[in-house]
Amino acid sequence: MNAPLERTWKTIESGPHNLEGSLHPVVVKNYGKWKYHKLIKPGVMVHYGLSGDALYTVRAGTPRQNTVDLVRGLCDLADQYADGFMRFTIRNSVEFMFAEESRIDPLIKDLEDMGLPVGGIANCVAPIAHTQGWLHCDIPATDASGVAKGVMDNLYDEFKTLEMPNKVRLSTSCCSINCGGQADVAIVVKHTRPPRIDHAKLSTLCELPKAVARCPVAAIRPTIVNNKRSLMVDEEKCIVCGACFGACPSMEINHPEHSQFAIWVGGKNSNARSKPQSMSLVAEGIPNNPPHWPEVNAVVGRILKAYKAGGKPWERMNEWIDRIGWKRFFEEAELTFEVDMIDSYRHARTTFNQSMHVRF
Amino acid sequence: MEDLKGAGSSGDEKDTGDNKGKFLNPTPILDELEGGKWPSFITGFKELGERTEKPMIRGVLDQLEYSYKTKMGYWKGGLVTVKGYGAGIITRFSMIKDKFPEATEFHTFRIQPAPGLHYSTKMLREVCDIWEKYGSGFINMHGQSGNLQLIGIEQAKTQECFDELNQAGWDLGGAGATVRTAASCVGPARCEQACFDNLKVHEKVLKNYAGMTHRPEFNYKMKFKFSACPNDCANAIMRADVALIGTWRDSIQIEQEYVTEWIDDNGEDALFDQVVNMCPTKAISHKIGTSTIEIDNKNCVRCMHCLNVLPKALSPGKERGASLLMGGKNTLKVGVNLGAMMIPFMKLDTDEEVEEFIELMDEIIDWWDEAGLDHERVGETIERVGMKQFLDAVGIEANIDMVVRPRDNPYYKKQYDSAV
Repeated sequence: MNAPLERTWKTIESGPHNLEGSLHPVVVKNYGKWKYHKLIKPGVMVHYGLSGDALYTVRAGTPRQNTVDLVRGLCDLADQYADGFMRFTIRNSVEFMFAEESRIDPLIKDLEDMGLPVGGIANCVAPIAHTQGWLHCDIPATDASGVAKGVMDNLYDEFKTLEMPNKVRLSTSCCSINCGGQADVAIVVKHTRPPRIDHAKLSTLCELPKAVARCPVAAIRPTIVNNKRSLMVDEEKCIVCGACFGACPSMEINHPEHSQFAIWVGGKNSNARSKPQSMSLVAEGIPNNPPHWPEVNAVVGRILKAYKAGGKPWERMNEWIDRIGWKRFFEEAELTFEVDMIDSYRHARTTFNQSMHVRF
Repeated sequence: MEDLKGAGSSGDEKDTGDNKGKFLNPTPILDELEGGKWPSFITGFKELGERTEKPMIRGVLDQLEYSYKTKMGYWKGGLVTVKGYGAGIITRFSMIKDKFPEATEFHTFRIQPAPGLHYSTKMLREVCDIWEKYGSGFINMHGQSGNLQLIGIEQAKTQECFDELNQAGWDLGGAGATVRTAASCVGPARCEQACFDNLKVHEKVLKNYAGMTHRPEFNYKMKFKFSACPNDCANAIMRADVALIGTWRDSIQIEQEYVTEWIDDNGEDALFDQVVNMCPTKAISHKIGTSTIEIDNKNCVRCMHCLNVLPKALSPGKERGASLLMGGKNTLKVGVNLGAMMIPFMKLDTDEEVEEFIELMDEIIDWWDEAGLDHERVGETIERVGMKQFLDAVGIEANIDMVVRPRDNPYYKKQYDSAV
């Protein structure tokens, strides 16, 4: 190998890319001076400025795991229709903005020809916020991109039509850390057995005190195995959270059969109507079954079907459930309440029913 | 797996068999993900692999196929970085490189986009060209923290690649125990509900903390998110240690003529069902037979619902600013924690006001750095040490908006003189 060339560039620690130069001219002109917006049709909205300007937005789903070829394709469309600008939503959709109403339909046609569905605005299923999975993560029990693809294949029509009571946000995550985040429906890996320890390698791969400190229930202790320093787990205490595996790869938490899926519902970030809320466990023990994850899809499908049929306009998932009660939610979604759905960790009593309020 | 090209070989030869003329190896399980209507990442990866014939793409797809087959992941971390930085590149070495030598290294650049994920095609084309030259050509848009992620590069090429990206105006994001890349909603760029210029504040704050983004020196991560109104489209309350969320202090602005227009279009029943009865504090009233509404602004909690339903008729008040909430985080280790109200209203319009916010953050980060345990997020530290102690240490005054109600236990004490 040749010796590397002498480095001449001096790093500029600039942080985020400058906003300047990244905004459409109509955006720059009306920045902070918008009046209102309205939905025109699925995936298309218009914003009106106090100036009287109109700005049209077309939103399309993407695979999230993109390539330079796909991004260049999006750039071509942005150059053709949106004066050389685009933006992305935090749920991985691409948005093109422009001032000419006549560009809407040709752009939609070109996007759909590229295989990118137009939709995802307002009361429909938005694309799934998800994690990296087997493609890139160092601690994944599944491939979130694959789960997301399979679930969105099934919910494709719900992305492109406006038939849900309010917006539906989904997430998938490849471990209980849940980088995919809180959502109306979240599909999250649940480990069901304590880590399996590789005593032969542990002391060379792991900083022992760090792994001990990482455990939230003090279940990890130093030990000696075959004359080597190692760690042991008090399996009675262990809550199978997987925190130690992040610090110590010799404490393998993933398992092809025992790392399963759990489904959570009712997470909400917005303050609209009800306060933001974290989500609740409603289904578990679902196998991690690539490449189509049919069992996951069946549960998510039943939950969304029940919400679609029962929710009132503007009710998010958690608000619909608050109105009808959890008992009826389980009935409507054809799910079974199980003892592990009663919290037994810290703050558990905040979820106990400390009242006589019961529906029969 | 033994018959795979690349497996156990140098990996450059194009091969034979029933996959003749193709650069990539067969990936029958992954190919299942090419069906269905939703855009397929596998199709994208395969097309890029066939066009560019990069061995890394072939090896990574082989390893991914193997993961799908065995239901296990095979990447391990490490410490790849660029000069002067200790974070920003996510290191990935294959744990099974003997099986898939072409997948030996697959590191990722996290780079920080402009706030609100706004791009010009010029910016993106530059990234694509640099990335295709040095890396795999896979681009994740975006990571859950808000990074533009360039997935797949070898260690030997990282410095040159970074230097070119840096010259084009890009910088690395955070990873590990650093200030992390931040996220913002679309903000005043395209939203009438924006109550402060979250994009400008995001840019200033994160540029200020660029050093702390690049060199891990904390107990754990520190995330900022900026949502311009309480709809919180950046998911700040749940996903950020420090959430700045826009709000207003005076009255909602009403244009009654557009309320009338809405009632004409949707009917009076819809006004009751979707607006009046959905107000969480019953602050909206409407007299049957009239075509207007009244809002009791003293009792409005700024939830945004009525503004979302009637965006043409209702707007946030004129005295706009932001609330500071702190402590949001997900599951690990104490469980989900939502950001808690610290400062209900701050102005963030001028450079001086943003500077003041940064000074407060400096205090908070210093306190957390001292008081926090290893791997403890600031919300966990505040809960463990005590809110009162936190407020005293960083100089935030207690206010009633911090609680949903005053405490229900009597276990506090006062200053006393032990000599008396």
